[in-house]
Amino acid sequence: MSAEDWQLTWFTTWVSALSTLLILPPGLFIAWLLARREWRGKSLVETCILLPMVMPPVATGLILLKILGRRGAIGGWLHDALGMDIVFTWRAVLVALGVMSFPLLVLSARAAFEKVNPRLEQIAQTLGAGPVRVFFTITAPLAARGIAGGMILAFARALGEFGATIMVAGNIPGRTSTLSLSIFQSVQMGDDAHACRLLGISTALAFIGVWFGIWFLRRRKE
Amino acid sequence: MSLVLKDISLPLADFVLDANFETRGRITVIFGPSGSGKTSLLDLVAGLRRAKSAFIQLDGEVLTDTAKDVMVPARRRGIGYVPQDLALFPHLSVRQNLLFGHRPEQNPKFKFEQIVDLLEIGPLVQRGVTQLSGGEQQRVALARALLRSPRLLLLDEPLASLDARLKAKILPYLMRIRDTLGVPMLYVTHDRDETLSLGDEMVVLVRGKIEQSGTVREVFNRPANLSVAGIVAVETILPGHVTGSVGGLVTVAVGSAVLSAAEPAIPPGTGEVHVCIRAEDVALLADAGVQGSPRNRLPGIVRTVARDGAMMRIDFDCGFPLAALLTVQACEEMSLQPGARVVALIKAPHVHLIPR
Repeated sequence: MSAEDWQLTWFTTWVSALSTLLILPPGLFIAWLLARREWRGKSLVETCILLPMVMPPVATGLILLKILGRRGAIGGWLHDALGMDIVFTWRAVLVALGVMSFPLLVLSARAAFEKVNPRLEQIAQTLGAGPVRVFFTITAPLAARGIAGGMILAFARALGEFGATIMVAGNIPGRTSTLSLSIFQSVQMGDDAHACRLLGISTALAFIGVWFGIWFLRRRKE
Repeated sequence: MSLVLKDISLPLADFVLDANFETRGRITVIFGPSGSGKTSLLDLVAGLRRAKSAFIQLDGEVLTDTAKDVMVPARRRGIGYVPQDLALFPHLSVRQNLLFGHRPEQNPKFKFEQIVDLLEIGPLVQRGVTQLSGGEQQRVALARALLRSPRLLLLDEPLASLDARLKAKILPYLMRIRDTLGVPMLYVTHDRDETLSLGDEMVVLVRGKIEQSGTVREVFNRPANLSVAGIVAVETILPGHVTGSVGGLVTVAVGSAVLSAAEPAIPPGTGEVHVCIRAEDVALLADAGVQGSPRNRLPGIVRTVARDGAMMRIDFDCGFPLAALLTVQACEEMSLQPGARVVALIKAPHVHLIPR
């Protein structure tokens, strides 16, 4: 493995892990709202969250590009107010991975929250616990397996993300290139040996991720 | 304790819960068949459920008043709740469950050791809740609610899921909570024995409506209407005192009479009891000279004769008031009139004793 391969592997891994961690708080909050509360516009929010799963990733990437570019609503403000650029930087990779894996986390966590007996949460309230304490001491621990499962899915989805990333972050070697993007590029340039090497790394990463997930879930069960 | 429920209106699946009552009892039993809204009523009191309209006041403090948009959250009500499924936290140990609502730094009324000793769960605290038997889980759930030092305890059919042997074991713990700790309770059940053993006052709830409320003996002895009578099953209930036990037969003094009861299950050392006799288990003889197998022969004088559905209800005095249900034909053949002398026959197994 060349230094460049190491950099690719490391970048892909940490940016996937970071995106999974960053979507965790909002993901759990929205999953909890969907599982436990009724409110107006709930189905609209549900639909919007699921969109990245059903739309072509390239289309999602294009939307992100429009919003986060210097002329976009959020991108423009970030550039003017903080001097921060998103598009075609590692931050864009992070956003693309987060958006694409968000639905997987929310779906798993929501199903896990719905399985927690609401009676347990109610009785915790009668024992003096406020909503935050009920969530962290009762709901979340009892839904931990489903949440962990959702995180593994989200992480795996992020590792393999291609379409949205290439739209919003490009494929800049050493800056925004991920394993998937590089495999594609190597094949395009006819460098089959390099593509196969990266394929091996991807497979190994996926194997370790899934194996760790299964091991973790089994341990929690015991 | 004083609890007031007014203007309650909560639409449920096929009726509206509309249960208004006031109680000052130590233990108020909410009695009724399943599906009559008893659990929903407890949820309203606990603040776990919003009604269309409700006014709930505990010891002078308004907890719910939909008219003024007052809704004290469940966590600030100071009301303990043991639901029917107990809701022990499965991922926590017994100790963690017990300490969940306990605040030793706030100098609570009930101390950890005291409650653990009272309910005899000391040996269980290190275990996981899934390793407990049904009766143990019941006691842990009770202890957890008590450790919050509640001013009112809500119990939803606490003995319903237990077999008769376990019931007899848990009942004394509930009596101890009542007598030693003095925590007032709303006690939901459809079991007559539990009601008589524990209750002071009771409300009969049928399809969301309160059909009758009053002291336990009042309601059982004088059901307000047919619906209540059908649910509580009319019978004579009298205070009695166990005087001895010979060969499986318990002798019990009631008024000026002495009865024999076949009650092998009654715990030794029981003194005061409720004596329950169903009217249909009482046979009458016009002639005192006839021999018969029933252990209890009680001479008495007929007070009233009244029609009760297809039967006749005879109320008579045999040292204590007793009721008998006879067929119309039997009544005519014996020409039973007020003032007539009769002998009541009751088999010992039909004299039912409930510790009080």
